[in-house]
Amino acid sequence: MTVELTGQKRSIIPRVATAIWFAVALAVLGIGFRQAIFLVPKESSMGDLQRIFYYHVPSAILGMIFPYINCAASLAFLYWRRRDPWKALGADALAVASAEVTLIFVTIGLATGSLWAKPAWGVWWVWDARTTTFLALWLLFAAYLITRKFAGATSQGHTLAAVISIFAAIDVPISFMSIRWWRTQHPAPVFDGGNLDKSFWPGILWNLAGWGLWGFLVMGLRYALERRRQRMQEEAALEAIEASLEITQ
Amino acid sequence: MSYLSQVLHHLMKDLRLEWRSRDAINGMLFFSLLVVVVFSLAFDPTGNPTTTREIAGGILWIALLFASVTALNQSWAREIRNSVLDAQRMAPAPASALFLGKALANLIFVTAVEVVLAPLFIVFFNLHALGQTWLLAAIMPLGTWALVVNGTFFAALGIRTKNRELLLPLLLFPISVPALLAMVNATTDVLTANVDQIQPYFWIKLLAAYDIVFTTICLLLFETILNAE
Repeated sequence: MTVELTGQKRSIIPRVATAIWFAVALAVLGIGFRQAIFLVPKESSMGDLQRIFYYHVPSAILGMIFPYINCAASLAFLYWRRRDPWKALGADALAVASAEVTLIFVTIGLATGSLWAKPAWGVWWVWDARTTTFLALWLLFAAYLITRKFAGATSQGHTLAAVISIFAAIDVPISFMSIRWWRTQHPAPVFDGGNLDKSFWPGILWNLAGWGLWGFLVMGLRYALERRRQRMQEEAALEAIEASLEITQ
Repeated sequence: MSYLSQVLHHLMKDLRLEWRSRDAINGMLFFSLLVVVVFSLAFDPTGNPTTTREIAGGILWIALLFASVTALNQSWAREIRNSVLDAQRMAPAPASALFLGKALANLIFVTAVEVVLAPLFIVFFNLHALGQTWLLAAIMPLGTWALVVNGTFFAALGIRTKNRELLLPLLLFPISVPALLAMVNATTDVLTANVDQIQPYFWIKLLAAYDIVFTTICLLLFETILNAE
């Protein structure tokens, strides 16, 4: 598509803000890397192996935060669908951006967990509560994105995707509970257990902040991209209508 | 016309259609029979009855899950022909009545398959349950409804997308994870009886809660997907 965007001149502010955000995210990730790999003391029983947690835990936490954005955006889409189509499209762009970021974080969480599990538990994968829940989350968001692809970038496709997102949002807590009663082998959660020594906190918190900044940056860029694609689509549709009017005159 | 009689009208229409063609039931029955036979060949169920009891619940539900997917896709494809679905959208009846009638019809079809399949399953797998067999009378309908209600909904959701045959399992399986866990574990508990007696009741309660939650959401959101354009 080579349709040029006409109309309003784009302001410089979002670009500068993005650049600053990017720089801050890189700096925080750098500090997080230094903390996690060099500064935080070695864990007594697992040694350096445990350092993968400074990437595993933030990814897992962020993988559980972005789905809420997806659900909220989908609800907003359904609300605005008939009332304000342009706002609804914005909500849909946010939904797809947050779903893709979710999938990335959940994939990283699963992969790093698996890398840790092999030396620690002797297996790449165990079907315990937390891993299975996380896999179910991954499956739901993969299914969501595939459905979006199949349904196409039409308003019908957006509505179907929003409905699936609501189903996923309701399904996640139910599968979380059911699987938790089923089996548990995963180490207790870091944050409410309180069994984590104070000296390990910087590694987790800096990385959580860094990857959080990175995740929101990627989501924002993806949102802007989707928004621009929507605007181009609208303009192409408008031009087609104008062209058809000229012929009939 | 009251809501109930509208649901009944939709239900009777689907039953009549199925009675004339018998496509869905025959297809499902043969398909699930094949799955059971293939698993019997793979595991040699008569040789070690203890293992068989442990895996039989899972195999039964997998056979039913795959079989119902084949039928659920057809149940809406039928409405596409001659633009029946567009007529349904214009009808003054609430959309959820259409959905409920269709889901109940699918429940009846899958239950009919279960009634035929269960004796065959017992024969082929040389099964006799060690737990409270009567609990299956609660587990089977609840589990079937869990599959059918979401399956009917997602089949309707995917009907106007490309690759609709592929889309249904893609959506139905991940959403059904809690229900599958509950029904397989409850059935296995009943068959093996080597768990404390609280377990099957817990899974049945979970299954009932799942059914109530998802039936409600399906009824609420069906109009949205039926009129999505």
